[in-house]
Amino acid sequence: MEIVCPAGTPAALRAAVKAGAHTVYCGFADETNARNFPGLNFSREEMQEGVRFAHAHGAKVLVAINTYPRAGSETLWRQAVADAETAGADAVILADPGLLDYAAQSHPDLRRHLSVQAAAANADIINFYARAFGVKRVVLPRVLSVPEIAAINAETEVETEVFVFGGLCVMAEGRCSLSSYATGQSPNMNGVCSPASHVEYRETGEGLDARLGGYTIHRVGRDEPAPYPTLCKGCFTAGGKTGHLFEDPVSLNAEQLIPQLAKAGVTALKIEGRQRSRSYVAQVVRNFRTAVDAQAAGRPIPQGMLASLSEGQATTTGAYKKTWR
Amino acid sequence: MELTVGANQFFWTPEAWSSLYEDLAHTPVDRVVLGELVCSKRLPFYQDRIPAAVTTLLEAGKQPILTSLALVTLKRERKMTAELAEMGIEVEINDLTALATLPEGARFSVGPLVNVYNESTLAWLAGRGATRVCLPPELPIGPVRTLAQAGRDLGVAIEVWAQGRLPLAISGRCYHARRHGRTKDNCQFACEEDPDGLDVRTLENRSFLAMNGVQTLSESHACADYQVELLRDAGISALRLSPQTGDFAGLCRLWRQRLDGEIAPGEVAAALRRAKPDIRLSDGFLTGASGAEWSGARAGS
Repeated sequence: MEIVCPAGTPAALRAAVKAGAHTVYCGFADETNARNFPGLNFSREEMQEGVRFAHAHGAKVLVAINTYPRAGSETLWRQAVADAETAGADAVILADPGLLDYAAQSHPDLRRHLSVQAAAANADIINFYARAFGVKRVVLPRVLSVPEIAAINAETEVETEVFVFGGLCVMAEGRCSLSSYATGQSPNMNGVCSPASHVEYRETGEGLDARLGGYTIHRVGRDEPAPYPTLCKGCFTAGGKTGHLFEDPVSLNAEQLIPQLAKAGVTALKIEGRQRSRSYVAQVVRNFRTAVDAQAAGRPIPQGMLASLSEGQATTTGAYKKTWR
Repeated sequence: MELTVGANQFFWTPEAWSSLYEDLAHTPVDRVVLGELVCSKRLPFYQDRIPAAVTTLLEAGKQPILTSLALVTLKRERKMTAELAEMGIEVEINDLTALATLPEGARFSVGPLVNVYNESTLAWLAGRGATRVCLPPELPIGPVRTLAQAGRDLGVAIEVWAQGRLPLAISGRCYHARRHGRTKDNCQFACEEDPDGLDVRTLENRSFLAMNGVQTLSESHACADYQVELLRDAGISALRLSPQTGDFAGLCRLWRQRLDGEIAPGEVAAALRRAKPDIRLSDGFLTGASGAEWSGARAGS
């Protein structure tokens, strides 16, 4: 299976390629992609250079242009599609129907992948995207179990790509405005979720409060590590019960499910983390390359390689197991 | 401007469900969206009542519209979605899956849970038969104005979320079930206990969100009372009101009075507070720095 690896910077791209990535994905340094963080992403020149480097090493580059273009400013997103093609990208990853339509009409030879931000969660809609816009691959939303993924693959010619490691959206991707409700900035409009600009840590008598947009959603004792206050992983109270009502501060690790995902017909495994350091990326990529090579050779997947890299040390297989719901 | 009543987002008893549409027949609203938006497991409890509600609304001169689910994953849900058009009334798509399964050439509406953020997507939907689009609630007034203009050029009516708890997220996971230590498949319909959603508070005990099965809403009730003139000037053709418990029919009448200039800006908000003194209102998505903000707070109401 193909591993699709994150590159937030040119250095991370080179590290991922050298570590054995079949494919890397990255974005331009603006609001056209869903990891629009300060200090991250690629200039036009860096993208051209990155594609050259990857191609020279036999790896592919996908360019994520997966926020929803702002009314009145669509040129920025269309230019990003054009520039990805000029840079020699192997595909663009898009979510917005209007932008997909534009890309299909104006850049028909540029391969189109459907972003997870489109949350296409069944074979009917995936086949529809293929008919309407010539989409060749879909990144599946993190709401599906492995048998459901297998059922989708049985009904579509479109390749499927699934997340196997890193941060985990609990909500259907591209269908969530929790962040803009609290901070004014959202994944769909701005390419950010629970942005650092709205995070505040406050010392209290007992420890540390983590606030987002003025809402306290984490509280830890002295000397405890303070998790980043991502909204859906915050601590809340409802009906007299306090806890992580939406999701625990866990990250996804579906490494051990690789054989099942292969059997389900999945084409590519995606690693989240364009905001991560190049050393993190290199280590994760190396481990996943070892794992997919083991899978291809019929050997067992090595155990527990990545435990120390997981956020907060706790991991989940998310929706891939039906009981997660 | 016209008034549209959106799909009831909550799980009400079958009797309460029917009463809502009987009451709405006697209100000055123009169209009513009905059917199941949030969770396919709820539908069997009131499905057989939909034809009667449709008849009641038609006889009262309202346009009934049937909503799709917001997130379609299961085989059963795909079947449900494919069968929407069989009812013979207009369908409101709230997941593009419904568009994929509508008969070729059918006219349809687009609900607030479809991502229509720009003119190209609006034009693409218009080209496929969309006649009406309720914009995503998180859109600020600037893009709303641009899309209203584009809608006018394309002959698509543009609608804005004006009243009721905001649909902020939809998930594969049922939070009501999780809170009760159950899974979605064995939820035992925990969401039925909370006909307006269950308040989710922050650690400093501030009201923040509302849990509604697989859906997460704002705890505050959106209220575009102070934006009516702004929206009218922008060319918005209808405001959307979302059902809630209490005197919802009365609230619909109040909104009609507000649109007709019979009551002043702030009067809808004031009435909501009289009915429920601790209600929190918001209009920040349209004109504030964040969705939870309330412009009335500055005006002292």
